Amino acid sequence: MPAISMTVNGEKVCGDVEGRTLLVDFIRGNLGKTGTHVGCDTSQCGACVVHVDGKAIKSCTALAVACDGVTVNTVEGLAKNGTLHPMQEAFREHHGLQCGFCTPGMIMAGIDIVKRKGKKLKEETIREELEGNICRCTGYHNIVKAIQAGAAKM
Amino acid sequence: MYEFEYHRPKKLADAVKLIKSKKEGKLMAGGMTLIPTMKQRLAAPTDVIDLSGLGNSGVNVSKTKVTIKAGTTHAEVASSSDLKKAAPALAALAGMIGDPHVRHKGTIGGSVANADPAADYPAALLALNAKVVTDSRTIEADKFFKGLFETALRTNEIIKQVEFEIPARSAYSKFPNPASRYAMVGVFVADFGKKGVRVGVTGAKGSAYREKAMEKALTADFSADAIAKVKIKADDMNEDIHASAEYRAHLVGVMAKRAIAAAG
Ligand SMILES: Cc1cc2nc3c(=O)[nH]c(=O)nc-3n(C[C@H](O)[C@H](O)[C@H](O)COP(=O)(O)OP(=O)(O)OC[C@H]3O[C@@H](n4cnc5c(N)ncnc54)[C@H](O)[C@@H]3O)c2cc1C
Ligand code: FES
Ligand code: FES
Repeated sequence: MPAISMTVNGEKVCGDVEGRTLLVDFIRGNLGKTGTHVGCDTSQCGACVVHVDGKAIKSCTALAVACDGVTVNTVEGLAKNGTLHPMQEAFREHHGLQCGFCTPGMIMAGIDIVKRKGKKLKEETIREELEGNICRCTGYHNIVKAIQAGAAKM
Repeated sequence: MYEFEYHRPKKLADAVKLIKSKKEGKLMAGGMTLIPTMKQRLAAPTDVIDLSGLGNSGVNVSKTKVTIKAGTTHAEVASSSDLKKAAPALAALAGMIGDPHVRHKGTIGGSVANADPAADYPAALLALNAKVVTDSRTIEADKFFKGLFETALRTNEIIKQVEFEIPARSAYSKFPNPASRYAMVGVFVADFGKKGVRVGVTGAKGSAYREKAMEKALTADFSADAIAKVKIKADDMNEDIHASAEYRAHLVGVMAKRAIAAAG
């Protein structure tokens, strides 16, 4: 089994994986970081979104072995010293979640949008950029509001 | 997913050697199609040869020509400032593929090799009269797309890059499936001045194709009116739960007119 190592939320980690081990399974199974979710089998829902070398990707559609040496950020790495990240805080403030299943992916996607499009986001832009993140509860309105508010505070 | 052996060569020559030496090897670029397919056990390679270690990515624009290396992601194509000047329609097309996360990983080489009947790039490659350069030869787009998920690539042939002459103007118009974002129908129009107009269509048939009656009309007169009388037959169009063949045939006309208007 190939041995891999990577930096996850600032921490060096390593492990043995099979070729077929998905990045999300490595993060959840090997590292016990279960904040990253799996919501589908078809690469469509975005519950599994993490940042790899600074870019949002679907960790259910990446091989862990191919991520040897990369830097990964997951939702667990956002809060600092017990203080929520502005994007997390905005989701709380604006009631951007109901069951919360899609939320880690939404938050990681939201931060990625800010990285690419800046802090002043139009509603239209956010809706388009959330194409790869599905929520079955909220109807999206409050998620969009939360991302807009969180972006402004980042 | 079935277990396989993973390889990540650093040189194209090594990738070629590896894929040829394996019983049922499979090349992987962004994995955005291959991994979901393997998860569903529709593909079960003995070996996966990951091309991401080759560093074969980037968009190069010269005075007359655009070259896009196979490993260039959709996000990189969409944001290339040189390409936005030379052929903005292609950058815009790349920005319409799937969603941001898919665009961060999926590549032009993988999309072209996969030849999904609803993929966006094939329409552009046909309209732009592009050439697909592999490890062993150069294939014209007209001869590349053969049918449903079928290309002229030989077993184990690796795409190196895609190249095309810069058109005078071009535009792409897509009617996305509201759920998947793949093209129900997408039409790419490219005007090469004296060399004529080319029209590539995706999503409508088993494979992307050129709508030659439109090309003739547009070469004579580049306007939406010029194609008003071009009849698009529904005979061999795709039919599924999303759209009937007649609807798709109608969309070809509408998307073409929008593309012509956008090309200006
Ligand atoms: C949720 C979702 C939405 C999507 N929406 C769209 C959309 O709207 N429009 C669209 O066009 N596409 C869409 N796609 C597909 C996406 O564009 C893929 O990135 C693309 O089809 C495959 O590219 P890849 O680099 O990921 O290739 P991979 O999945 O790695 O490979 C695909 C195939 O190509 C072969 N291959 C890869 N590279 C080479 C090479 N250099 N030479 C020879 N063979 C090679 C592989 O062996 C494999 O058979 C979507 C995908 C997902 C998951
Ligand atoms: S679990 Fe990754 S996209 Fe659904
Ligand atoms: S809050 Fe339940 S899926 Fe989004």
